[in-house]
Formats: sequence, structure tokens, C-alpha cells
Amino acid sequence: MTSFSAPGRRTVLKGAAGLALSTAFAPALRAQSEPIRIGLILPMTGPFTSTGRQISAAVNLYVQQNGATVAGRPVQVILRDDTGVADVTRRIAQELIVNERVTALAGFGLTPLALATAPLATQARMPMVVMAAATSVIVDRSPFVVRTSQVIAQIASPFATWMAQQGTKRVISIVSDYGPGHDVETSFTAAFREAGGTIDNIRVPLQNPDFSPFLQRVADAKPEALLVFVPSGVGAQFMKQFVERGMDKSGIRLIGTGDVVDDDILNGMGDAALGVVTAHHYSAAHPSPANRAFVEAFRKANNNMRPNFMAIGGYDGMHALYEGLKKTNGQGGEALVNAMKGMAWESPRGPMSIDPQTRDVVQNVYIRRVERVDGELYNVEFHTIPNVRDPSKR
Amino acid sequence: MSTADLTARVRGSLVLARKWHPAEFVVWVMAAAAFVLFPRQLLLLNEIAILALFALSLDLIVGYAGIVSLGHAAFLGMGAYTAGLIALHVTADPLVGLVIGMAASGLLGLVTSPLVLKGNDLTRLMVTLGIGLLMLELANSLGWLTGGADGLQGIAMGKILGIFEFDLFGKTAYAYSLTVLFLLFVLARRIVHSPFGLSLRAVRDNPLRAASSGVPIPWRLAAVYTLSAAYAGAAGALLAQTTQFVSLDVLDFHRSADVMLVLIIGGAGWLYGGIVGAAVFKLLQDWIAWFTPQYWQFWIGLFLVAFVLGGREILHGGIRALVARVSGRRGGGS
Repeated sequence: MTSFSAPGRRTVLKGAAGLALSTAFAPALRAQSEPIRIGLILPMTGPFTSTGRQISAAVNLYVQQNGATVAGRPVQVILRDDTGVADVTRRIAQELIVNERVTALAGFGLTPLALATAPLATQARMPMVVMAAATSVIVDRSPFVVRTSQVIAQIASPFATWMAQQGTKRVISIVSDYGPGHDVETSFTAAFREAGGTIDNIRVPLQNPDFSPFLQRVADAKPEALLVFVPSGVGAQFMKQFVERGMDKSGIRLIGTGDVVDDDILNGMGDAALGVVTAHHYSAAHPSPANRAFVEAFRKANNNMRPNFMAIGGYDGMHALYEGLKKTNGQGGEALVNAMKGMAWESPRGPMSIDPQTRDVVQNVYIRRVERVDGELYNVEFHTIPNVRDPSKR
Repeated sequence: MSTADLTARVRGSLVLARKWHPAEFVVWVMAAAAFVLFPRQLLLLNEIAILALFALSLDLIVGYAGIVSLGHAAFLGMGAYTAGLIALHVTADPLVGLVIGMAASGLLGLVTSPLVLKGNDLTRLMVTLGIGLLMLELANSLGWLTGGADGLQGIAMGKILGIFEFDLFGKTAYAYSLTVLFLLFVLARRIVHSPFGLSLRAVRDNPLRAASSGVPIPWRLAAVYTLSAAYAGAAGALLAQTTQFVSLDVLDFHRSADVMLVLIIGGAGWLYGGIVGAAVFKLLQDWIAWFTPQYWQFWIGLFLVAFVLGGREILHGGIRALVARVSGRRGGGS
């Protein structure tokens, strides 16, 4: 079978070269020169390409800004595409651990992808930095998971409390019918009811969503606000249908987590998005010098693409890895996870830290409104809820 | 030429076709040798073995019975979810999950076969596509059972036969999948060379004549469709057990399309088509995606177009030449 031998021969040669190298150098010397490999697994093709593109761009930027050497050893980021399919993510993770001997895994665009890989991380004692996936349960699935993105409840819960404090009484929620959508729904609903409001819940299918029948129900019920959560990227589609039905003029306020008005696609939504109030952990318009520098460098390096919350998850994930590796002197495993626990720094998103107990991200949540700034649409932050933890872990 | 003479010659050629060709041993020896030769690629080899089994199952209906299908993922998914649920709720023994997964898929095949047997190729494409989509939506909406879009989480497989534990390197996984593939292949080989298999080919080539020779066409087709579904179920069960995870993706349309591609690459109507196709497809995909994670789909697409336009003859001609050489050396030019 000729077909087996093409990459096979390559592998054998590589193996032979590796064997020759490992016998030629003393182990100590090898530890010095051998690069620290970080396996970056992202959906680079398929429906979640934008997530992969943003994160890989941010990771590249971080390496470029901070040098490709940590603790005296070169850092090598190995990017692999999992197409957003969980069994592929798992297989790639396994290959990176076994064949490439990576020091840490990073990326993980969606919750199922992270969940499929978490048992492997435990089995291989492999630090796994979650840069995007956002359901609460992920950090519980393995003691080697560290998260630098967001937890949905961390955003939705304080947002609900804040909305109630502003005098909103009646809300309807529309969420995509999958893990993160359920998380938004339950955490917002619980906090909103606790604060005295009433809320009705609608779930829409994740695959090929047509929002019109659901929007009709909302239009008939006339709530004060409509809470929406759809995966990153689908927001534009939702917004279009919302405006097509004239609901932007019906007095129903559109609110949501920042996923809907994602910085990557916000500018393309046009005036329909103006005035939408959301809560999130990152806006490209965050008014800090660190963020201005980050956004400028990111746009310069990526053909003027605007960084979104996915990018910041990747950027801070690399920061956690770099600083952790500096502390452990390049060592991985449990030591690296421990080094990342409790780490705190000033990110472009604002101050953030890694909770030493849960290994989850602790950060400010900002309430923002879509406004036109210098001719472009931005989420302009106007209220800050500081140092929010995942409320479901208390 | 007398009738008896003719009968003897036909029987002789059938016996010859049933005999194991030396080149076939080479394929299986190589597949087993890959275990030692490429210890770093066992996970990929495992995926190839599973895809090969899936393609073999499609070949049984497309290549041998002439039933085209665009919804074969329904059976893959049925097997995967059944095996996953068995592991979660009943027993962690992989073999039990495998057998029940096959049975469940076979049953689904049997139940849906009357729909598929009606009409011509185009209707069959549409009906199978529809069944595939139905299964996907069903799994999506039964979130309490299947985990919906989040997938079936927390599957922990036990040891195979109580001895072999699934490991990080995929040793057990590949050995397991390859063994199942081999056993089911041998079974399929026996079946296609049996009178039953020959009658299927008669139906494929000329249904009218087959019917007038007394072949009960609907029953034969229902039987092979059920068999094929059970094979796909086995592939699904292997996938679920070796990755210890099941998501809606196993039912997705691209699985049905991929396996069709695999069969086109490898060639339908011979049992090794699925194996060759799976190896070429996966290795190519992995190899291209390795150096261009962003744009590999472009190159795969380009390859497929070029392949279908002309490369197919080259590949198949090459295999035939290789087979001829191997048998020439062994059998002294028989």
C-alpha cells in the first residue's frame, strides 16, 4: 500500500533524526535547547473560523511583542485546525501530547471541544488554557484547566441585577439551544427574578436559526427588553431580522451579552445596532493605554482587523502561559498550573486574575452601549462592575 | 461446449474469485505492521481503520447492490450514540457496546429499508439524505438523552476483554479497531462471494433479469441494507469508544459525503476500495492540514477535482500493477 508510506516515511525519518539528536546531546543540554512547544487547537475552518482567526492572530501578536524565548528556551506555537469538531479536537490534542511533546495545550473555541479534551489533560497531566469556551462546567472537568476568556454566568448574572436596578421589570430572553445559551438563560433569569423582575424564556435551535417566528412572539408580548444570546458570528443575522421586522422602533430594548455585538462584526451591522446595551468583559473601545496599544498593534499586524473578545482571550492566555513558564523555569505539568493560579495582571481588557481555587478568570464586567466613534461602531463602556467571579461557584 | 462443462468452468472461476489473493495478505500484514512502524501515528491510523470500516459498509450497498445513499451517517451516528449511552448507563465493556451498537444500527437499517427500496437512484438519494437529517435533528432535540449540541460527555471505557486498557497513544484503540475491521471484512468477503452476494450483483447489474431468474429482490436488498447499517453502526461504536466522546457531528451530512468521497477515491464494488480510499483521504487531509491549517480545504478540493478528472485511473491502475507484480512473484506468473 503505497498510500501508507508517504507521511509514514517522513515520520520515520523524523523519528530517526530525533533519536540521533537525543543520543548525541546530554539530557540536561537538551532541556536547555529543546523548544517549549505550545499546542494551539482552534477552529480555523468551518462555521467558527472567526474565533480561530482572532485567537491565532492575538497569540502571534503576543509572541511577536514578548519574544519567542521564555526561561532561556525558544517557544514554538503549533497551530492545528480542529474544524470545530470535538472528536478531531481530542485526537489533535492527543497527537500534540504524544508526538510533539507539547508543554501546554491552548485554544478551544467551543465548550464541547474543551469538554472532549479535558479528560485527556487530566490523564496526561497537561496544562490546558481555555481561550474561548465559556460554560461554567469546563474548569471542573479537569484540575489542569485554566481559563482566560470569560464565564457566561459571570457576565449575565451581574448584568441582570444591574438591569433590575435600572427599573426594568419585564424581559423576554431568546437564546441558542446549547450549553452556553442555557447558561445565559439560567444565570440571567435567576439573578433577574431575585431582583424582582419577571422574565420569559425562548430557545431557538443552534443549527440554521430562523428567528422570525420567535421575534413575532416577542413583538406580541411587548416586553421592556429582549435579552439575546447567540454564538459569536450569528449576531449579525439576528440583528438583521430584528430590524427587518421594525422591532428596533417598537420600544423593545435589545440587550444581551457582548457576543451579539462582537467587535469583529459590529461595524458591519450598521445603524441597526446603535443603542444596543450589552454586558461584557472586553470592548475594543476600552479606554486604557494598554488597550489602545493592543488594538493599534493588532490592527497593524492583521490588515486592520479589529480585535474582539476572542482575541483578548488568546492574548491573555499567552500572557498566563509566558508568566507561568517564567516562574517554573520552563517546566510544565502541575507546576505550570500552580504557577498560573492566583496570577493577576493588567490586561488590555482591564485588571484580571486567575482564581487560585477554581483556576477560572476573575475580571471586571462592563456595561456598554453601541455608539458611533470616529465613524465606526463601538461598544462604549459606561458602567463597571469590578472583580466578578463565576457566581455559580460560590 | 456442454452445459456441464460450462457449469464446471463457472464454478471454477467462482472458487478462484473466493480464494485469498496473495496481495490481500500484504494489505493486512502492512496494516498490522503499521502498528510497529508508525507508533506516533496510531491515532490517525485508528481513524483510518474506522473510516475504512464505514466505507466498507457503504460499499456493501453502493458497490454490490447498487443502492446509492447520502445519509449513511444516520447509521454511524446510531452506532456511536448507542455505544456511548451503553458505556454511560449500562456497562463500560467495549465489546458489549459494539455488539449492541451494531444491532441498533442494523435494526434502524431494517426499519428504514422499505423506504429506500422504493424508486430509482434519485429518490434513494433524497430519502437517505432525509433519514440522515431526521436522525441529526432527533439527536439534537433529545438533549436529555444525547446531550444535544454539547455532545455525550463523560464516557469512560473499560478494558477490552478485561485486559487491554485504552491508552493515550492509541495502541489499544488501533489494535481494537483494526481487529474489528479485519473480522468484519472477512465476514463481508464471505458474504459477497456467497450465492447471496452473487444474487445481489445480479440485481445490481440487471434487476429485471434477476427477478425473472427467481431472485426475491426486495428481501435481498433489505438484507444487505440491514447488514450495511450494522457495519456502519460498528464503525460508529468504534468511534465513540476510542474517542470516548460522541457529538452531533457523527450524524452530520459531511460524514455521509466524506464516506462517499472515500469510496469514489478507493473505487466502489471491491472490498478494498473503502480501505484504500480511507487511507488516501485521511493521510492527505492530515498531511495538507499540517502545513496549512487555514487553507487545507482548498488543496483537498483541488486534489479531488483533479483526481476525479483523471487521477483515479492512475491510482487504480497502480494498485492493479502492484497486485500483478506481487502475485507474479509469488505464483510464478499464473
